[in-house]
Amino acid sequence: MGLENTLFESLPEVLTVKLDAVVNWARKSSLWPATFGLACCAIEMMNTVSSRNDLSRFGAETFRASPRQADVMIVSGRVSRKMAPVLRRIYDQMPEPKWVISMGACATSGGVFDNYAIVQGVDKIVPVDIYVPGCPPRPEMLVHAITMLQDKIMNESTRDRRDTFEPESRESIVPGTLPVTEGTALEKETEAEVAQKQVSRPYTIPARHERRRTH
Amino acid sequence: MADTAALIQFAEKLRTANAGWVTEIIDALGEVSVVVPRESIVDVCSTLKDEHGFDLLADICGADRGPEEEPRFVVNYHLFSTTHYGRLRLKVRVSEDDPKIHTVSHLWRTADWHERETYDLFGVIFENHPDLRRILLPSDFDGHALRKDYPLRGYEPYSMN
Repeated sequence: MGLENTLFESLPEVLTVKLDAVVNWARKSSLWPATFGLACCAIEMMNTVSSRNDLSRFGAETFRASPRQADVMIVSGRVSRKMAPVLRRIYDQMPEPKWVISMGACATSGGVFDNYAIVQGVDKIVPVDIYVPGCPPRPEMLVHAITMLQDKIMNESTRDRRDTFEPESRESIVPGTLPVTEGTALEKETEAEVAQKQVSRPYTIPARHERRRTH
Repeated sequence: MADTAALIQFAEKLRTANAGWVTEIIDALGEVSVVVPRESIVDVCSTLKDEHGFDLLADICGADRGPEEEPRFVVNYHLFSTTHYGRLRLKVRVSEDDPKIHTVSHLWRTADWHERETYDLFGVIFENHPDLRRILLPSDFDGHALRKDYPLRGYEPYSMN
């Protein structure tokens, strides 16, 4: 009836569909995670890709060694204060659209490592889409997380995602996580300077699509 | 129990060379520790290295005996010989008010990073060290993490709890 029949008769090779539906379908069917293992959860992540659990059934088996080619970052394990800026840089290097799975108790909340060295939850550094509980989670749970992420992707709109330059995210530095090569301990910053940095550099930089949703 | 007589001989030789070099000799659990005054650690190390064959520095590590103890810190030097396979431990006690020791990184290059680690985690300052800065913790870290009075979650704002 109506427009579709007219289109089909005049242009039989053309298929009309919602743009979001076809784009999201393509995105969710080939989620490429970044090769990025942090701790023991990474062993389970490797197992998820192996033949027994076979993540390729869901199109997410292609781990890319370069963040430039990756869609998903699976934060598999505890994130130390010194690793935090590295993790944020890997996230920034991934092109939009990108998603983050926080795998395991440590990445989600710090887990048993409630101390000065471990970031208490990776969501303080990068926006997280799916949290997976467990210590470590079974591979089936990570497969479930991938399928949950696919469901989430199907409900997204392409207008929420823009690949734009974000200077503030490039300059963001988590306090207490400066690279060890910068400066010397003898040139230690005064407390006032540290406090000033606290004000000028917010701890969490939301991704652009998150800001769009909250505002 | 291993025989420690040969190792005690080295400590006695040190005492013979200079009576002020050896404060105490501890023979426990098959290991020999020599307590050395802070001022003479470089002389003792160079003597052991050049004359007694302790050519390998296996480790330098700090120990915090607690904020109520005096002297509070102990710096341990673990020496090993690749010729006669003896192992000797040197202990230097330093107080919290003046936690300074002269570096031995000019004798053993490996002492460079070990001393940086001891500085990083205990706050012991090694004088004349070529590049004394943090090695494990972030460079803007506040405090020294392995001190007994360091809170487990760290100081604000780093604790973020």
